[in-house]
Amino acid sequence: MEERKMICISCPIGCRLTVTEENGEYVITGNQCKRGEVYGKKEMTNPTRVVPTTVKIRGARLRRLPVKTHIPLAKPLIFEAMKLINEVEVEAPVKVGDVVIENILDTGVNIVATRSMERTE
Amino acid sequence: MKAYDLIVVGGGPAGLAAAIEAKKDGVDKILVLERDRELGGILQQCIHNGFGLHIFKEELTGPEYAERFIDELKELGIEYRLDTMVLDINEDRILHVISKAEGFVTLEAKAVILAMGCRERTRGALAIPGFRPAGVFTAGTAQRYLNMEGYMVGKKVLILGSGDIGLIMARRLTLEGAKVLGCVELMPFSGGLTRNIVQCLNDYDIPLMLSHTVTDIQGKYRVKGATVMKVDENRRPIPGTEIQFDVDTLLLSVGLIPENELAKGAGVQLDMRTRGAIVNESMETSVPGIFACGNVLHVHDLVDWVTDESRRAGKFAAKFIAKSEWIEEASIETVPGQGIGYIVPQRVRPSQVDQVLELFMRVRDIYVGQTVVVRVDGKEVQAKRRGHMAPGEMERVKLPVSLFDGSGVKKITVDVEDR
Ligand SMILES: Cc1cc2nc3c(=O)[nH]c(=O)nc-3n(C[C@H](O)[C@H](O)[C@H](O)COP(=O)(O)OP(=O)(O)OC[C@H]3O[C@@H](n4cnc5c(N)ncnc54)[C@H](O)[C@@H]3O)c2cc1C
Ligand code: SF4
Repeated sequence: MEERKMICISCPIGCRLTVTEENGEYVITGNQCKRGEVYGKKEMTNPTRVVPTTVKIRGARLRRLPVKTHIPLAKPLIFEAMKLINEVEVEAPVKVGDVVIENILDTGVNIVATRSMERTE
Repeated sequence: MKAYDLIVVGGGPAGLAAAIEAKKDGVDKILVLERDRELGGILQQCIHNGFGLHIFKEELTGPEYAERFIDELKELGIEYRLDTMVLDINEDRILHVISKAEGFVTLEAKAVILAMGCRERTRGALAIPGFRPAGVFTAGTAQRYLNMEGYMVGKKVLILGSGDIGLIMARRLTLEGAKVLGCVELMPFSGGLTRNIVQCLNDYDIPLMLSHTVTDIQGKYRVKGATVMKVDENRRPIPGTEIQFDVDTLLLSVGLIPENELAKGAGVQLDMRTRGAIVNESMETSVPGIFACGNVLHVHDLVDWVTDESRRAGKFAAKFIAKSEWIEEASIETVPGQGIGYIVPQRVRPSQVDQVLELFMRVRDIYVGQTVVVRVDGKEVQAKRRGHMAPGEMERVKLPVSLFDGSGVKKITVDVEDR
């Protein structure tokens, strides 16, 4: 029987999970809440991460606008997504939640602004 | 001299939450003073997710978390000034303030809330020998350059210290194309949150070198390399363990220090352990009418607790302003015992506790399966087993007021015990 230890990163408590496989089903122990179970299963089948980063912005006081994936992105696609994100340049003003890239790499994941920025010039 | 009911120093999450709460509790004339160009404090550069799970029940990034409070502050019509630096405060709550727009002004307040946050420890404080080449940054400065100003700090990076900022920057720099060769930690454990070790180092195969330190930095004008050595139990480098790293950048993530010059000037008593003010359950310092909350009080790793604590400060500042007389009542002392580094608040007046008292503390070491024991004047009142405790993760103890509101109670002690 395969056993894997991992740390749930769904919240800062960081529960230490043990995942075992029983008849093709993953059984999670060590979690303090339901989200730990979801995380453990996902980590075994399709690990994903929220990716926070920045894009260039013109016309604002700062030169970078913070953005993130609106839902977690498949881990192996992170660097490919970063390449596309780094090509984008947006124009101020921006509102928090504005979509900067829609459906990146055909994953259904959007890149959205995580703050508002006024136009200053 | 312009007079306010409440002046809040610092417009980070602590100052924002305190001002909002005070306003909701009926305080009329509030002023928030912020030396930066915008509100939000350190959160504006913490673009990663991991904020707000407790307060908003969803995971936000730093700027998103800040924006919710900034919007609320503006909706409530609370007055604030940017690019405005508070120079000093005295025990009569008179403030000297300077800004480009208004020059040097003197302000007066019925109550003051200190919410100045922390600053980073610097290389000077650590005394690594060698020249002072370009390419050595504190992790927070590098974070601001990268995330807000749009400057990349280097291509081959070594990180000294495994505090959260260093861990977050390891991932951030990797995503932006730099090679992070390692994260070097003097202690046998990391000072950061476990989740950050997983998602920032392990995810990108960045080695965490525990019980190691940087002993030399090479390069005269720009960093050319760094030497790392293993340390013994007394944290002294062990000869013969040198590892050479070919890097152009060294980030320091070696801790935060509460920024308490203003508090000292006002005669506020500080706690040697937290380096912040000594406060009671209402977040009031030793000077009546001066309150403190957030990172200026003790270093927090979760902004949600900052918000909770700051709301309490705002609420009690409102009470203080409404009442001309303040309750002078003997307070109970909280004492960090075995295995506990510090406890906030340091003083408690039972009559002011709303049913349950929350004590915030940090343990001194990694503890697995140990019990946190609370005693009131030596008598055990609570014992709870904890799976895992680490200095990087703040612990909370909740005590119903009925456990300590007897007459003549002097001390609440907390110990970590192996049972
Ligand atoms: C890199 C990093 C990563 C973090 N990650 C997380 C995380 O994932 N999740 C989480 O929940 N928490 C996280 N935290 C913790 C959280 O961000 C902090 O605890 C919180 O921001 C502290 O708020 P504060 O208002 O006390 O301080 P600050 O945000 O530092 O605000 C203090 C403000 O006071 C102003 N000020 C200081 N002195 C003066 C003066 N004399 N006059 C006028 N203004 C002044 C400063 O300019 C600043 O804006 C992180 C912190 C850091 C540094
Ligand atoms: S299992 Fe639940 S409580 Fe534990 S770390 Fe995951 S989300 Fe947090």
